[in-house]
Amino acid sequence: MSKPDFLLVRELGKSYGDRAVFEHVSFTMDRGEFVCVIGHSGCGKTTILNILAGLDQATEGEAVMDGREIGGPSLDRGVVFQGHALMPWLSVAGNIAFGVRSRWPDWPRDKVMKQVQKYVDLVRLTGNEQKKPSQLSGGMKQRVGIARAFAIEPRMLLLDEPFGALDALTRGAIQDELLSICAATNQTVFMITHDVDEAILLADRILLMTSGPRARIAEVVQNTLPRARTRADVHHHPHYYRIRNHLVDFLTNRAAPPVREIPRYLAQVK
Amino acid sequence: MTVSQRLRSGVLSLLIAVIALGFWHLSTLQPSTGSAKAVDPEYAKLMGLDRTKRGGMPSPAEVGKTAWKQISNPFYDAGSNDKGIGIQLGYSVGRVMLGFALAAALAIPLGFVTGLSPIIYGALNPFIQVLKPISPLAWMPLALYTIKDSAISSIFVIFICSLWPMLINTAHGVASVRRDWINVARTLEAGTMRTCFRVILPAAAPTILTGMRISMGIAWLVIVAAEMLVGNLGIGYFVWNEWNNLSLSNVIFAILVIGVVGMALDLAFGALQRAVTYVEA
Repeated sequence: MSKPDFLLVRELGKSYGDRAVFEHVSFTMDRGEFVCVIGHSGCGKTTILNILAGLDQATEGEAVMDGREIGGPSLDRGVVFQGHALMPWLSVAGNIAFGVRSRWPDWPRDKVMKQVQKYVDLVRLTGNEQKKPSQLSGGMKQRVGIARAFAIEPRMLLLDEPFGALDALTRGAIQDELLSICAATNQTVFMITHDVDEAILLADRILLMTSGPRARIAEVVQNTLPRARTRADVHHHPHYYRIRNHLVDFLTNRAAPPVREIPRYLAQVK
Repeated sequence: MTVSQRLRSGVLSLLIAVIALGFWHLSTLQPSTGSAKAVDPEYAKLMGLDRTKRGGMPSPAEVGKTAWKQISNPFYDAGSNDKGIGIQLGYSVGRVMLGFALAAALAIPLGFVTGLSPIIYGALNPFIQVLKPISPLAWMPLALYTIKDSAISSIFVIFICSLWPMLINTAHGVASVRRDWINVARTLEAGTMRTCFRVILPAAAPTILTGMRISMGIAWLVIVAAEMLVGNLGIGYFVWNEWNNLSLSNVIFAILVIGVVGMALDLAFGALQRAVTYVEA
């Protein structure tokens, strides 16, 4: 018998009234695996992530992590939010410490600050500990968000389009950092993106979602590129464009939002 | 503002003050009493024309003299109708602080709960909307009848007028805390108390402080009127008493003092507000 899956998502569905956003979403993740979800906006990617985070409830199906059903938010799952969601009245260190203190409430102050410093250094923000989020650039803010999620040492990391708002250069630099941190910590990561290149660089497997309503996972693409990928040379690999073309084809042809039928009464007017 | 701009504004302010004082001075100049000399002294005495003219609009110099006299001895106490400006101000500020503190003690926790729960918000909103526009002085007869103490009644009036801006602003500030921050707290399994005090309170603090600043402004406006009504003590009573004494220079001095103290209170709350304000990133 094979070992049980670390994360098991079975027949997950979410609907508002009789309007299903997505349905029959099933997939599994192994420990240490990096999985990306790609799909057009509105396909319910963020809802799936929120369900995994415990912030939202599915109307159908279940999500089980390490044998336990996900029923609410937990420190076992660190979340990096789309809009970084840093608390502007706290400093960089204060934001990260908020998480650390939640995780280990009885740690003394110096132990908390040591943990904070470790992750500040990890995302290369050393020297900016006392700055407020408003004094940071977009990339630095997102790094603080990542450090906050990592610093609680979660068993799984959930990233909701973390680099969406960044410019290409900054995004590349942080992608490289994320890769090296994940490799060093063997972190299990579930990430939403709509950037094909980002998915190929970061993910071991890529879930392709059709557009909503009634979105579902159309296929799972195994990233055949070896794991020691870097942004500098990933696109030189012989398989790179094969995978990339496949993903782009999917997004432009098969996942495209269905053309809505014109209601008859409108058609007649035309 | 740059330094040179500030300097120019300062010079302009000074100029405006000098011009205003100048007009005031010119308009209160005594007409020359040369004609009085032609009158028979006996007649003049009879008509009171020989005395230096009292009453009327005092000149800036007279007001200045009064101000100096009051400021140099602010805490004298010569009976119930003659107390120094410091004592009167002390009573007024004390009443405002007490009424305001009581209002804050009720409005901020209640506003917090109201902001958290849309049901409570909906339930309280009609009452707030009806009670808010009532002039606080309209409560005075009811307060005097039920409390039967004029000093406590004026504190109640301050309480009731400070309540609404703090209540409404706290509820609004708490209700509009960004969903993201609450979600962060939830994913970090922060408890209810921790979320309230470490996330919602600091997030809503600038809005709450704005409400407190508005309340304090209103309270200071209302205390003067309330003290005119209830009498006995306080800067409002002082103004009314000096009006009965026809001592307009004391009235003008008191008006200036009311303005300065109101400004000081507002500046203090402005500083508090700046201390809790954050730049949204």
